[in-house]
Amino acid sequence: MVSKTKLLMNVEKIRADFPILSRTVRGKPLVYLDSAATSQKPQAVIDSVSDFYSRYNANVHRAIYELGEEATRAYEGAREKIAQFIHARSPNEVAFTKSTTESINTIAYGWGIKGKLREGDEIVSTVMEHHSNHVPWFFVQDAKGVKMKWVGMSDDGALKMEDYDTMITKRTKVVTVTQCSNVLGTINPVQEIAKRAHEVGAICVVDAAQSVPHMPVDVQKIDCDFLAFSGHKMLGPTGIGVLYGKEERLQEMEPLMGGGEMIREVHLGIAKWNDVPFKFEGGTPNMAGAIGLGVAVDYLNKIGMDNVRQHEVELTEYALDALSDVKGFHGFGLKDASRRGGVISFTLGDVHPHDIASILDVEGIAIRSGHHCAQPLMERLNVPATARASFYVYNTPEEADRLAAGLRKVLDVFA
Amino acid sequence: MADLKALYQEQILDHSKNPRNFHKLEPADRTALGRNPLCGDQFTVYLRMEGDRIADVAFEGQGCAISKSSASMMTQAVKGKTEDEAEHLFDRFHDLVMGKEADPDSLGKLAVFQGVSEFPIRVKCASLSWHTLKAALESKGSISME
Repeated sequence: MVSKTKLLMNVEKIRADFPILSRTVRGKPLVYLDSAATSQKPQAVIDSVSDFYSRYNANVHRAIYELGEEATRAYEGAREKIAQFIHARSPNEVAFTKSTTESINTIAYGWGIKGKLREGDEIVSTVMEHHSNHVPWFFVQDAKGVKMKWVGMSDDGALKMEDYDTMITKRTKVVTVTQCSNVLGTINPVQEIAKRAHEVGAICVVDAAQSVPHMPVDVQKIDCDFLAFSGHKMLGPTGIGVLYGKEERLQEMEPLMGGGEMIREVHLGIAKWNDVPFKFEGGTPNMAGAIGLGVAVDYLNKIGMDNVRQHEVELTEYALDALSDVKGFHGFGLKDASRRGGVISFTLGDVHPHDIASILDVEGIAIRSGHHCAQPLMERLNVPATARASFYVYNTPEEADRLAAGLRKVLDVFA
Repeated sequence: MADLKALYQEQILDHSKNPRNFHKLEPADRTALGRNPLCGDQFTVYLRMEGDRIADVAFEGQGCAISKSSASMMTQAVKGKTEDEAEHLFDRFHDLVMGKEADPDSLGKLAVFQGVSEFPIRVKCASLSWHTLKAALESKGSISME
Protein backbone atom coordinates (compact mmCIF):
# COMPACT_ATOMS: atom_id res chain seq x y z
CA MET A 1 0.00 0.00 0.00
CA VAL A 2 1.11 3.54 -0.70
CA SER A 3 1.64 5.80 2.25
CA LYS A 4 0.04 9.23 2.06
CA THR A 5 3.36 11.02 1.98
CA LYS A 6 4.95 8.99 -0.78
CA LEU A 7 2.77 10.28 -3.59
CA LEU A 8 4.87 11.12 -6.58
CA MET A 9 3.21 14.39 -7.46
CA ASN A 10 2.93 17.62 -5.57
CA VAL A 11 -0.84 17.54 -5.48
CA GLU A 12 -1.20 20.61 -3.27
CA LYS A 13 0.59 22.67 -5.89
CA ILE A 14 -1.74 21.30 -8.57
CA ARG A 15 -4.84 21.93 -6.44
CA ALA A 16 -3.89 25.59 -6.12
CA ASP A 17 -4.40 25.91 -9.89
CA PHE A 18 -8.07 24.84 -9.66
CA PRO A 19 -10.17 27.67 -8.21
CA ILE A 20 -13.27 25.50 -7.67
CA LEU A 21 -11.40 23.19 -5.31
CA SER A 22 -11.15 25.90 -2.67
CA ARG A 23 -14.91 26.34 -2.35
CA THR A 24 -17.13 24.75 0.25
CA VAL A 25 -20.24 22.72 -0.42
CA ARG A 26 -23.00 22.58 2.17
CA GLY A 27 -20.55 24.14 4.63
CA LYS A 28 -17.82 21.55 4.07
CA PRO A 29 -14.67 21.69 1.92
CA LEU A 30 -15.51 20.24 -1.49
CA VAL A 31 -14.24 16.70 -2.14
CA TYR A 32 -14.73 16.29 -5.89
CA LEU A 33 -14.74 12.62 -6.85
CA ASP A 34 -16.67 12.75 -10.11
CA SER A 35 -14.00 13.51 -12.70
CA ALA A 36 -15.10 10.55 -14.82
CA ALA A 37 -18.29 12.56 -15.43
CA THR A 38 -16.47 15.85 -15.96
CA SER A 39 -13.17 17.20 -14.71
CA GLN A 40 -12.55 20.54 -13.02
CA LYS A 41 -10.61 23.24 -14.87
CA PRO A 42 -7.30 24.90 -14.00
CA GLN A 43 -7.14 28.70 -14.03
CA ALA A 44 -4.99 28.62 -17.19
CA VAL A 45 -7.82 26.95 -19.14
CA ILE A 46 -10.46 29.30 -17.73
CA ASP A 47 -8.25 32.28 -18.61
CA SER A 48 -7.62 31.05 -22.14
CA VAL A 49 -11.35 30.96 -22.88
CA SER A 50 -11.89 34.38 -21.40
CA ASP A 51 -8.81 35.66 -23.22
CA PHE A 52 -10.15 34.46 -26.58
CA TYR A 53 -13.39 36.38 -26.14
CA SER A 54 -11.63 39.41 -24.62
CA ARG A 55 -8.85 39.82 -27.16
CA TYR A 56 -9.18 37.98 -30.46
CA ASN A 57 -12.67 36.59 -31.03
CA ALA A 58 -13.24 36.27 -34.78
CA ASN A 59 -14.42 33.48 -37.02
CA VAL A 60 -11.64 31.07 -37.97
CA HIS A 61 -10.65 30.34 -41.58
CA ARG A 62 -12.89 33.12 -42.91
CA ALA A 63 -11.94 36.51 -41.60
CA ILE A 64 -9.45 38.48 -43.73
CA TYR A 65 -8.11 40.60 -40.91
CA GLU A 66 -5.66 40.36 -38.04
CA LEU A 67 -8.15 39.14 -35.42
CA GLY A 68 -9.21 36.32 -37.70
CA GLU A 69 -5.58 35.38 -38.30
CA GLU A 70 -4.94 35.23 -34.58
CA ALA A 71 -8.06 33.16 -33.94
CA THR A 72 -7.17 30.75 -36.75
CA ARG A 73 -3.57 30.42 -35.53
CA ALA A 74 -4.74 29.62 -32.00
CA TYR A 75 -7.42 27.19 -33.21
CA GLU A 76 -5.07 25.35 -35.55
CA GLY A 77 -2.35 25.51 -32.90
CA ALA A 78 -4.68 23.65 -30.57
CA ARG A 79 -5.24 21.01 -33.25
CA GLU A 80 -1.46 20.53 -33.55
CA LYS A 81 -1.04 20.19 -29.80
CA ILE A 82 -3.79 17.59 -29.63
CA ALA A 83 -2.36 15.66 -32.58
CA GLN A 84 1.02 15.53 -30.84
CA PHE A 85 -0.60 14.61 -27.54
CA ILE A 86 -2.12 11.43 -28.98
CA HIS A 87 0.79 10.86 -31.41
CA ALA A 88 -1.25 11.28 -34.58
CA ARG A 89 0.80 11.36 -37.79
CA SER A 90 -0.56 14.77 -38.68
CA PRO A 91 -2.98 17.44 -37.42
CA ASN A 92 -5.13 16.51 -40.43
CA GLU A 93 -6.10 13.40 -38.51
CA VAL A 94 -7.72 15.44 -35.75
CA ALA A 95 -11.24 16.82 -36.27
CA PHE A 96 -12.96 18.91 -33.65
CA THR A 97 -16.44 17.82 -32.60
CA LYS A 98 -18.52 18.74 -29.61
CA SER A 99 -17.93 15.51 -27.70
CA THR A 100 -17.01 11.83 -27.74
CA THR A 101 -20.66 11.21 -28.53
CA GLU A 102 -20.57 13.39 -31.63
CA SER A 103 -17.27 11.81 -32.70
CA ILE A 104 -18.67 8.27 -32.51
CA ASN A 105 -21.90 9.31 -34.24
CA THR A 106 -19.81 10.85 -37.01
CA ILE A 107 -17.97 7.55 -37.51
CA ALA A 108 -21.13 5.43 -37.31
CA TYR A 109 -22.87 7.66 -39.85
CA GLY A 110 -20.01 8.43 -42.20
CA TRP A 111 -18.27 5.08 -42.25
CA GLY A 112 -21.26 2.93 -41.28
CA ILE A 113 -24.54 4.22 -42.62
CA LYS A 114 -23.18 6.19 -45.61
CA GLY A 115 -20.23 3.89 -46.08
CA LYS A 116 -19.49 0.42 -47.27
CA LEU A 117 -21.42 -1.63 -44.73
CA ARG A 118 -23.91 -4.10 -46.19
CA GLU A 119 -26.52 -6.46 -44.84
CA GLY A 120 -24.79 -9.51 -43.41
CA ASP A 121 -21.78 -7.51 -42.22
CA GLU A 122 -21.04 -7.59 -38.52
CA ILE A 123 -19.99 -5.16 -35.84
CA VAL A 124 -18.24 -6.51 -32.75
CA SER A 125 -18.64 -4.40 -29.61
CA THR A 126 -18.51 -5.23 -25.89
CA VAL A 127 -20.92 -5.34 -22.94
CA MET A 128 -18.97 -2.66 -21.06
CA GLU A 129 -19.48 0.23 -23.48
CA HIS A 130 -20.92 3.61 -22.53
CA HIS A 131 -24.26 4.31 -24.22
CA SER A 132 -22.42 6.68 -26.55
CA ASN A 133 -20.54 3.72 -28.00
CA HIS A 134 -23.66 1.54 -28.11
CA VAL A 135 -26.47 3.62 -29.54
CA PRO A 136 -24.73 5.10 -32.66
CA TRP A 137 -24.01 1.51 -33.75
CA PHE A 138 -27.65 0.57 -33.16
CA PHE A 139 -28.44 3.24 -35.76
CA VAL A 140 -26.14 1.42 -38.19
CA GLN A 141 -27.64 -1.95 -37.27
CA ASP A 142 -31.16 -0.67 -37.96
CA ALA A 143 -30.28 1.28 -41.11
CA LYS A 144 -28.10 -1.34 -42.80
CA GLY A 145 -29.29 -4.69 -41.42
CA VAL A 146 -25.85 -5.19 -39.93
CA LYS A 147 -25.53 -7.72 -37.13
CA MET A 148 -24.06 -6.74 -33.77
CA LYS A 149 -22.17 -8.98 -31.36
CA TRP A 150 -21.00 -8.09 -27.90
CA VAL A 151 -17.88 -9.49 -26.27
CA GLY A 152 -18.61 -10.57 -22.71
CA MET A 153 -16.92 -9.86 -19.43
CA SER A 154 -15.67 -11.96 -16.54
CA ASP A 155 -17.16 -11.38 -13.09
CA ASP A 156 -14.12 -9.40 -12.01
CA GLY A 157 -14.56 -6.96 -14.90
CA ALA A 158 -12.11 -8.06 -17.59
CA LEU A 159 -13.16 -8.48 -21.22
CA LYS A 160 -13.44 -12.11 -22.28
CA MET A 161 -10.69 -11.91 -24.86
CA GLU A 162 -11.47 -15.45 -25.99
CA ASP A 163 -14.84 -14.17 -27.28
CA TYR A 164 -12.96 -12.33 -30.02
CA ASP A 165 -11.71 -15.70 -31.27
CA THR A 166 -15.24 -16.69 -32.24
CA MET A 167 -16.91 -13.34 -32.77
CA ILE A 168 -14.40 -11.81 -35.18
CA THR A 169 -14.96 -13.48 -38.54
CA LYS A 170 -14.58 -12.55 -42.18
CA ARG A 171 -18.00 -10.87 -41.91
CA THR A 172 -16.69 -8.46 -39.24
CA LYS A 173 -16.29 -4.94 -40.57
CA VAL A 174 -16.08 -2.88 -37.38
CA VAL A 175 -14.63 -3.73 -33.98
CA THR A 176 -15.41 -1.07 -31.39
CA VAL A 177 -14.24 -1.00 -27.79
CA THR A 178 -13.72 1.35 -24.89
CA GLN A 179 -10.10 1.74 -23.85
CA CYS A 180 -11.13 2.30 -20.24
CA SER A 181 -14.53 1.46 -18.74
CA ASN A 182 -16.29 4.47 -17.22
CA VAL A 183 -17.87 2.18 -14.63
CA LEU A 184 -15.24 -0.42 -13.75
CA GLY A 185 -12.09 1.40 -14.77
CA THR A 186 -10.96 -1.75 -16.63
CA ILE A 187 -8.23 -0.90 -19.13
CA ASN A 188 -8.74 -2.98 -22.25
CA PRO A 189 -5.92 -4.25 -24.51
CA VAL A 190 -6.95 -2.07 -27.46
CA GLN A 191 -3.71 -2.64 -29.32
CA GLU A 192 -4.35 -6.39 -29.35
CA ILE A 193 -8.01 -5.84 -30.29
CA ALA A 194 -7.06 -3.54 -33.19
CA LYS A 195 -4.65 -6.20 -34.42
CA ARG A 196 -7.39 -8.82 -34.33
CA ALA A 197 -9.73 -6.50 -36.25
CA HIS A 198 -7.14 -5.83 -38.93
CA GLU A 199 -6.46 -9.53 -39.40
CA VAL A 200 -9.91 -9.85 -41.01
CA GLY A 201 -9.82 -6.44 -42.68
CA ALA A 202 -12.16 -4.78 -40.18
CA ILE A 203 -11.61 -1.31 -38.77
CA CYS A 204 -11.06 -0.68 -35.05
CA VAL A 205 -12.85 2.18 -33.25
CA VAL A 206 -11.68 3.14 -29.77
CA ASP A 207 -13.76 5.09 -27.25
CA ALA A 208 -11.00 6.92 -25.40
CA ALA A 209 -13.17 9.26 -23.30
CA GLN A 210 -11.80 7.75 -20.08
CA SER A 211 -8.27 6.99 -21.25
CA VAL A 212 -6.85 10.03 -23.09
CA PRO A 213 -7.40 12.24 -19.99
CA HIS A 214 -5.69 9.80 -17.66
CA MET A 215 -2.85 7.93 -19.37
CA PRO A 216 -0.42 8.21 -22.27
CA VAL A 217 -2.26 7.26 -25.47
CA ASP A 218 -0.44 6.65 -28.75
CA VAL A 219 -2.81 6.16 -31.68
CA GLN A 220 -0.01 4.90 -33.93
CA LYS A 221 1.00 2.28 -31.40
CA ILE A 222 -2.61 1.18 -30.89
CA ASP A 223 -3.00 1.31 -34.67
CA CYS A 224 -6.74 2.00 -34.31
CA ASP A 225 -8.59 3.48 -37.28
CA PHE A 226 -10.64 5.88 -35.20
CA LEU A 227 -10.44 7.17 -31.65
CA ALA A 228 -12.82 9.52 -29.85
CA PHE A 229 -12.54 11.63 -26.69
CA SER A 230 -13.94 14.72 -24.97
CA GLY A 231 -12.24 17.89 -23.80
CA HIS A 232 -14.24 18.42 -20.64
CA LYS A 233 -13.02 15.21 -19.04
CA MET A 234 -9.37 16.27 -19.49
CA LEU A 235 -9.35 19.68 -17.80
CA GLY A 236 -10.70 21.40 -20.93
CA PRO A 237 -13.93 23.28 -21.58
CA THR A 238 -17.28 21.61 -22.25
CA GLY A 239 -18.61 21.36 -25.79
CA ILE A 240 -15.35 20.37 -27.45
CA GLY A 241 -14.41 16.84 -28.44
CA VAL A 242 -12.02 15.11 -30.77
CA LEU A 243 -12.45 12.67 -33.61
CA TYR A 244 -9.14 11.08 -34.51
CA GLY A 245 -9.05 9.03 -37.68
CA LYS A 246 -6.30 7.69 -39.90
CA GLU A 247 -6.16 10.11 -42.79
CA GLU A 248 -7.20 7.49 -45.34
CA ARG A 249 -10.22 6.54 -43.20
CA LEU A 250 -11.29 10.15 -42.86
CA GLN A 251 -10.86 10.62 -46.61
CA GLU A 252 -13.17 7.74 -47.48
CA MET A 253 -15.85 8.82 -45.02
CA GLU A 254 -18.88 11.04 -45.59
CA PRO A 255 -19.43 14.01 -43.23
CA LEU A 256 -22.30 14.00 -40.72
CA MET A 257 -23.09 17.68 -40.96
CA GLY A 258 -23.36 19.88 -44.00
CA GLY A 259 -22.91 23.63 -43.80
CA GLY A 260 -20.26 26.29 -43.81
CA GLU A 261 -16.56 25.44 -43.43
CA MET A 262 -16.98 21.81 -44.50
CA ILE A 263 -17.33 22.58 -48.24
CA ARG A 264 -14.89 23.15 -51.07
CA GLU A 265 -17.53 24.47 -53.48
CA VAL A 266 -21.30 24.67 -53.55
CA HIS A 267 -23.61 25.11 -56.53
CA LEU A 268 -27.36 24.83 -56.52
CA GLY A 269 -28.11 21.22 -55.67
CA ILE A 270 -24.51 20.05 -55.45
CA ALA A 271 -21.50 20.45 -53.21
CA LYS A 272 -17.96 19.17 -52.91
CA TRP A 273 -16.44 18.56 -49.52
CA ASN A 274 -13.50 20.37 -48.05
CA ASP A 275 -10.28 18.50 -47.20
CA VAL A 276 -9.98 16.46 -44.03
CA PRO A 277 -10.37 17.27 -41.23
CA PHE A 278 -12.38 20.37 -42.15
CA LYS A 279 -15.13 18.46 -43.89
CA PHE A 280 -16.16 17.19 -40.45
CA GLU A 281 -16.35 20.67 -38.96
CA GLY A 282 -19.52 22.05 -40.52
CA GLY A 283 -20.62 25.36 -39.00
CA THR A 284 -18.62 27.81 -36.94
CA PRO A 285 -16.67 25.57 -34.57
CA ASN A 286 -16.31 25.89 -30.82
CA MET A 287 -13.21 28.04 -31.16
CA ALA A 288 -12.84 29.01 -27.51
CA GLY A 289 -13.37 25.36 -26.58
CA ALA A 290 -10.67 24.11 -28.92
CA ILE A 291 -8.21 26.75 -27.73
CA GLY A 292 -9.05 25.94 -24.11
CA LEU A 293 -8.50 22.25 -24.81
CA GLY A 294 -5.09 23.07 -26.28
CA VAL A 295 -4.21 24.80 -23.00
CA ALA A 296 -5.48 21.81 -21.03
CA VAL A 297 -3.14 19.63 -23.10
CA ASP A 298 -0.26 22.00 -22.24
CA TYR A 299 -1.18 21.67 -18.59
CA LEU A 300 -1.26 17.88 -18.71
CA ASN A 301 2.01 17.78 -20.65
CA LYS A 302 3.63 19.91 -17.96
CA ILE A 303 2.69 17.32 -15.35
CA GLY A 304 3.50 14.46 -17.72
CA MET A 305 0.95 11.79 -18.60
CA ASP A 306 3.10 9.06 -17.05
CA ASN A 307 2.94 10.97 -13.78
CA VAL A 308 -0.83 11.47 -14.12
CA ARG A 309 -1.25 7.75 -14.61
CA GLN A 310 1.10 6.84 -11.77
CA HIS A 311 -0.72 9.21 -9.41
CA GLU A 312 -4.07 7.62 -10.20
CA VAL A 313 -2.76 4.08 -9.79
CA GLU A 314 -1.37 4.99 -6.36
CA LEU A 315 -4.53 6.79 -5.34
CA THR A 316 -6.81 3.98 -6.56
CA GLU A 317 -4.73 1.45 -4.66
CA TYR A 318 -4.87 3.60 -1.54
CA ALA A 319 -8.63 4.19 -1.87
CA LEU A 320 -9.47 0.53 -2.52
CA ASP A 321 -7.57 -0.31 0.62
CA ALA A 322 -9.23 2.40 2.74
CA LEU A 323 -12.71 1.57 1.45
CA SER A 324 -12.37 -2.18 1.91
CA ASP A 325 -12.33 -1.54 5.67
CA VAL A 326 -15.84 -0.07 5.50
CA LYS A 327 -18.45 -2.64 6.48
CA GLY A 328 -20.61 -3.71 3.56
CA PHE A 329 -18.38 -2.07 0.92
CA HIS A 330 -18.43 -4.04 -2.31
CA GLY A 331 -16.16 -2.76 -5.05
CA PHE A 332 -16.61 -3.79 -8.68
CA GLY A 333 -13.78 -4.33 -11.10
CA LEU A 334 -10.27 -5.70 -11.11
CA LYS A 335 -8.38 -5.77 -7.83
CA ASP A 336 -5.08 -4.86 -9.48
CA ALA A 337 -4.94 -1.03 -9.67
CA SER A 338 -2.33 -1.19 -12.44
CA ARG A 339 -4.95 -2.71 -14.76
CA ARG A 340 -7.62 -0.10 -14.14
CA GLY A 341 -8.21 3.61 -14.29
CA GLY A 342 -9.00 5.81 -11.30
CA VAL A 343 -12.65 4.81 -11.17
CA ILE A 344 -14.23 2.87 -8.30
CA SER A 345 -17.82 1.67 -8.64
CA PHE A 346 -19.30 0.20 -5.51
CA THR A 347 -22.31 -0.70 -3.45
CA LEU A 348 -22.64 -0.43 0.32
CA GLY A 349 -24.72 -3.15 1.93
CA ASP A 350 -28.27 -2.73 0.74
CA VAL A 351 -28.18 1.08 0.80
CA HIS A 352 -29.32 2.45 -2.56
CA PRO A 353 -26.58 4.40 -4.42
CA HIS A 354 -28.78 7.51 -4.52
CA ASP A 355 -29.02 7.50 -0.75
CA ILE A 356 -25.24 7.06 -0.54
CA ALA A 357 -24.71 10.03 -2.88
CA SER A 358 -27.16 12.28 -1.00
CA ILE A 359 -25.58 11.59 2.37
CA LEU A 360 -22.07 12.11 0.99
CA ASP A 361 -23.29 15.35 -0.60
CA VAL A 362 -24.14 16.70 2.83
CA GLU A 363 -20.52 15.92 3.75
CA GLY A 364 -19.33 17.98 0.78
CA ILE A 365 -18.35 14.85 -1.18
CA ALA A 366 -19.42 14.69 -4.83
CA ILE A 367 -19.73 11.19 -6.31
CA ARG A 368 -21.91 9.78 -9.06
CA SER A 369 -24.73 7.32 -8.54
CA GLY A 370 -26.89 5.55 -11.08
CA HIS A 371 -26.28 3.46 -14.16
CA HIS A 372 -23.47 5.68 -15.51
CA CYS A 373 -24.91 5.57 -19.04
CA ALA A 374 -23.99 1.88 -19.17
CA GLN A 375 -27.26 0.02 -18.66
CA PRO A 376 -26.13 -3.15 -20.49
CA LEU A 377 -23.17 -3.33 -18.10
CA MET A 378 -25.48 -2.83 -15.10
CA GLU A 379 -27.55 -5.74 -16.38
CA ARG A 380 -24.39 -7.82 -16.70
CA LEU A 381 -23.40 -6.93 -13.12
CA ASN A 382 -26.99 -7.62 -12.09
CA VAL A 383 -27.38 -4.35 -10.17
CA PRO A 384 -29.85 -1.53 -10.88
CA ALA A 385 -27.23 1.08 -10.07
CA THR A 386 -23.89 1.65 -8.40
CA ALA A 387 -22.16 4.50 -6.62
CA ARG A 388 -18.96 5.67 -8.31
CA ALA A 389 -15.98 7.65 -7.08
CA SER A 390 -13.43 8.75 -9.67
CA PHE A 391 -10.08 10.46 -9.32
CA TYR A 392 -7.88 12.86 -11.21
CA VAL A 393 -4.63 14.78 -10.82
CA TYR A 394 -6.02 17.00 -8.07
CA ASN A 395 -7.31 14.29 -5.74
CA THR A 396 -5.51 13.27 -2.56
CA PRO A 397 -5.38 10.25 -0.23
CA GLU A 398 -7.00 12.46 2.42
CA GLU A 399 -10.02 12.75 0.15
CA ALA A 400 -10.17 8.96 -0.14
CA ASP A 401 -10.16 8.89 3.67
CA ARG A 402 -13.00 11.40 3.75
CA LEU A 403 -14.93 9.20 1.36
CA ALA A 404 -14.41 6.22 3.66
CA ALA A 405 -15.52 8.31 6.66
CA GLY A 406 -18.53 9.50 4.67
CA LEU A 407 -19.52 5.91 3.92
CA ARG A 408 -19.36 5.10 7.63
CA LYS A 409 -21.76 7.99 8.15
CA VAL A 410 -24.08 6.47 5.54
CA LEU A 411 -24.03 3.24 7.53
CA ASP A 412 -24.84 5.18 10.71
CA VAL A 413 -27.90 6.76 9.08
CA PHE A 414 -29.18 3.37 7.97
CA ALA A 415 -28.11 1.47 11.09
CA MET B 1 -27.26 24.22 5.38
CA ALA B 2 -29.21 21.21 4.24
CA ASP B 3 -29.88 18.88 7.10
CA LEU B 4 -29.34 15.18 6.60
CA LYS B 5 -31.73 14.35 9.41
CA ALA B 6 -34.42 16.38 7.69
CA LEU B 7 -34.10 14.13 4.66
CA TYR B 8 -33.63 10.79 6.37
CA GLN B 9 -36.23 11.11 9.10
CA GLU B 10 -36.87 8.16 11.38
CA GLN B 11 -40.22 7.39 9.74
CA ILE B 12 -38.67 7.48 6.27
CA LEU B 13 -35.98 5.02 7.30
CA ASP B 14 -38.57 2.82 8.97
CA HIS B 15 -40.80 2.71 5.89
CA SER B 16 -37.84 2.06 3.59
CA LYS B 17 -36.76 -0.92 5.68
CA ASN B 18 -40.27 -2.18 6.40
CA PRO B 19 -42.44 -0.98 3.55
CA ARG B 20 -46.21 -1.28 4.16
CA ASN B 21 -48.63 -2.70 1.57
CA PHE B 22 -45.55 -4.08 -0.18
CA HIS B 23 -47.00 -6.90 -2.23
CA LYS B 24 -48.87 -7.70 -5.37
CA LEU B 25 -52.61 -7.16 -5.30
CA GLU B 26 -54.56 -9.97 -6.98
CA PRO B 27 -56.83 -9.36 -8.64
CA ALA B 28 -56.17 -5.66 -9.17
CA ASP B 29 -58.52 -3.39 -11.11
CA ARG B 30 -55.77 -1.08 -12.22
CA THR B 31 -51.98 -1.24 -12.24
CA ALA B 32 -49.19 0.95 -13.50
CA LEU B 33 -45.42 0.65 -13.70
CA GLY B 34 -43.36 3.71 -12.85
CA ARG B 35 -39.68 3.97 -13.68
CA ASN B 36 -36.94 6.48 -13.07
CA PRO B 37 -34.38 5.63 -15.73
CA LEU B 38 -31.81 7.91 -14.12
CA CYS B 39 -31.40 5.65 -11.11
CA GLY B 40 -33.07 2.40 -12.16
CA ASP B 41 -35.86 2.73 -9.59
CA GLN B 42 -39.10 1.08 -10.52
CA PHE B 43 -42.37 0.42 -8.78
CA THR B 44 -45.65 -1.20 -9.76
CA VAL B 45 -48.74 0.23 -8.08
CA TYR B 46 -51.85 -1.95 -7.80
CA LEU B 47 -55.34 -0.59 -7.14
CA ARG B 48 -58.63 -2.21 -6.25
CA MET B 49 -61.48 0.22 -6.81
CA GLU B 50 -64.98 0.42 -5.43
CA GLY B 51 -66.67 2.93 -7.68
CA ASP B 52 -64.31 5.88 -7.69
CA ARG B 53 -62.95 5.00 -4.28
CA ILE B 54 -59.57 3.30 -3.73
CA ALA B 55 -60.62 0.24 -1.75
CA ASP B 56 -57.13 -1.23 -1.62
CA VAL B 57 -53.70 -0.25 -2.82
CA ALA B 58 -50.35 -2.02 -2.82
CA PHE B 59 -46.96 -1.76 -4.51
CA GLU B 60 -43.93 -3.78 -5.52
CA GLY B 61 -40.51 -2.88 -6.85
CA GLN B 62 -37.16 -1.45 -5.92
CA GLY B 63 -35.70 1.93 -5.27
CA CYS B 64 -33.83 4.18 -2.90
CA ALA B 65 -34.93 4.87 0.67
CA ILE B 66 -36.76 8.02 -0.35
CA SER B 67 -38.71 6.47 -3.21
CA LYS B 68 -39.54 3.29 -1.33
CA SER B 69 -40.68 4.98 1.86
CA SER B 70 -42.67 7.47 -0.16
CA ALA B 71 -44.44 4.63 -1.98
CA SER B 72 -45.14 2.92 1.32
CA MET B 73 -46.58 6.03 2.96
CA MET B 74 -48.48 6.92 -0.21
CA THR B 75 -50.37 3.62 -0.05
CA GLN B 76 -51.36 4.34 3.53
CA ALA B 77 -52.40 7.89 2.71
CA VAL B 78 -54.64 7.14 -0.27
CA LYS B 79 -56.37 3.96 0.87
CA GLY B 80 -60.08 4.73 1.16
CA LYS B 81 -59.79 8.02 -0.73
CA THR B 82 -61.70 8.87 -3.89
CA GLU B 83 -59.80 9.47 -7.13
CA ASP B 84 -60.27 13.22 -6.78
CA GLU B 85 -59.11 13.19 -3.18
CA ALA B 86 -56.04 11.14 -4.08
CA GLU B 87 -55.11 13.46 -6.95
CA HIS B 88 -55.62 16.49 -4.73
CA LEU B 89 -53.35 14.91 -2.12
CA PHE B 90 -50.72 14.28 -4.81
CA ASP B 91 -50.83 17.97 -5.77
CA ARG B 92 -50.29 18.96 -2.17
CA PHE B 93 -47.54 16.34 -1.73
CA HIS B 94 -45.81 17.70 -4.82
CA ASP B 95 -45.98 21.22 -3.39
CA LEU B 96 -44.53 19.88 -0.16
CA VAL B 97 -41.46 18.28 -1.75
CA MET B 98 -41.00 21.37 -3.94
CA GLY B 99 -40.95 23.54 -0.80
CA LYS B 100 -44.16 25.33 -1.76
CA GLU B 101 -46.53 24.00 0.90
CA ALA B 102 -47.41 26.69 3.44
CA ASP B 103 -48.75 24.32 6.07
CA PRO B 104 -46.79 21.04 5.90
CA ASP B 105 -48.25 19.68 9.13
CA SER B 106 -51.72 19.64 7.59
CA LEU B 107 -50.45 16.76 5.42
CA GLY B 108 -50.15 14.57 8.49
CA LYS B 109 -47.52 11.84 8.34
CA LEU B 110 -46.53 12.84 4.80
CA ALA B 111 -45.02 16.02 6.28
CA VAL B 112 -41.81 14.05 6.92
CA PHE B 113 -41.01 14.48 3.22
CA GLN B 114 -40.65 18.24 3.64
CA GLY B 115 -36.85 17.77 3.90
CA VAL B 116 -36.72 16.56 0.30
CA SER B 117 -37.21 20.16 -0.85
CA GLU B 118 -33.63 20.89 0.20
CA PHE B 119 -32.42 18.20 -2.23
CA PRO B 120 -34.14 19.09 -5.52
CA ILE B 121 -32.59 16.14 -7.35
CA ARG B 122 -34.44 13.80 -4.99
CA VAL B 123 -37.90 15.24 -5.75
CA LYS B 124 -38.30 12.65 -8.51
CA CYS B 125 -37.52 9.88 -6.02
CA ALA B 126 -40.17 11.10 -3.60
CA SER B 127 -42.82 11.59 -6.26
CA LEU B 128 -42.22 8.48 -8.41
CA SER B 129 -44.87 6.35 -6.69
CA TRP B 130 -47.36 9.21 -6.77
CA HIS B 131 -46.91 9.65 -10.50
CA THR B 132 -47.36 5.90 -10.82
CA LEU B 133 -50.53 6.04 -8.75
CA LYS B 134 -51.86 8.77 -11.02
CA ALA B 135 -51.04 6.67 -14.10
CA ALA B 136 -52.86 3.70 -12.55
CA LEU B 137 -55.90 5.84 -11.77
CA GLU B 138 -55.85 7.08 -15.34
CA SER B 139 -55.12 3.52 -16.53
CA LYS B 140 -52.02 4.59 -18.41
CA GLY B 141 -50.11 1.39 -17.74
CA SER B 142 -46.62 2.78 -17.41
CA ILE B 143 -44.79 6.05 -16.94
CA SER B 144 -41.20 7.09 -17.10
CA MET B 145 -39.72 9.98 -15.13
CA GLU B 146 -37.20 11.56 -17.45
